[in-house]
Amino acid sequence: MRTMKPGRSGTVDRRRVLAGTAGSVLALALRPAAAAQPRTETTESAIRRFAGDNPIRPGRVSLDLPPLVENGNTVPLSISVESPMTQADHVRRIGVFNERNPQPNVVTLHLRPGAGRAQVATRIRLADTQRITAIAEMSDGTYWSASADAIVTLAACLEG
Amino acid sequence: MARTLINLPKTARAGDVITIKTLISHPMETGFRPGADGRILPRNIVTEFVCRFEGEEIFRAELFPASAANPYLTFTWVATASGRFTFTWRGDDGFDQTESAPIAVA
Repeated sequence: MRTMKPGRSGTVDRRRVLAGTAGSVLALALRPAAAAQPRTETTESAIRRFAGDNPIRPGRVSLDLPPLVENGNTVPLSISVESPMTQADHVRRIGVFNERNPQPNVVTLHLRPGAGRAQVATRIRLADTQRITAIAEMSDGTYWSASADAIVTLAACLEG
Repeated sequence: MARTLINLPKTARAGDVITIKTLISHPMETGFRPGADGRILPRNIVTEFVCRFEGEEIFRAELFPASAANPYLTFTWVATASGRFTFTWRGDDGFDQTESAPIAVA
């Protein structure tokens, strides 16, 4: 009966493990370079262009985005804001921003008091796994925000 | 003329919140994507959508390359009177299309 030499098989395993690790490190190091696209503007400056220097508080906005996206070319997005939508208290604008698409703006929506509900839906493109932020401007001049993360397996803009 | 889909109830009672769904067939070329020859394809997107009720603007959207192809938008409105909604899409290369849909409020 043959006995396994623990020392030898141990070395082979270690070699394989090391080779595998080096491979994945290389793959990780190459991936951002391949996905990197020059951005036209930073997300922060796009948000400041939307909201000015006003403080943005989290809350009142809810953002519905699938957490795992198979195809970044068309991702359903729905936004609702807690608001009575009356003449005195309504949502004026909703801005949606991304972190890693070539351009930080996704969509800007202008609402009117007669809408009844502050509820909108659209479909967007995501170039990478990233966080989406929606900011609502109320008629009283306050800004509220919500964010949602999406993991993207097939990126828009590069493929398709 | 691009094909459009507009979905809203034909009739409503006064005070009902109606949901309006719109879609227009458009490639929404981002301007960041290389074509078959390796050169970047020029941007061709719908940049603005406006919905009006009897001439009064009720909803407007500014669109960016991050909008999916065939831009789809849904929003709500409180039905108060019978009338006509008009939907206008404007975009690159002078793209401009207007459609309309009536509603009867009882």
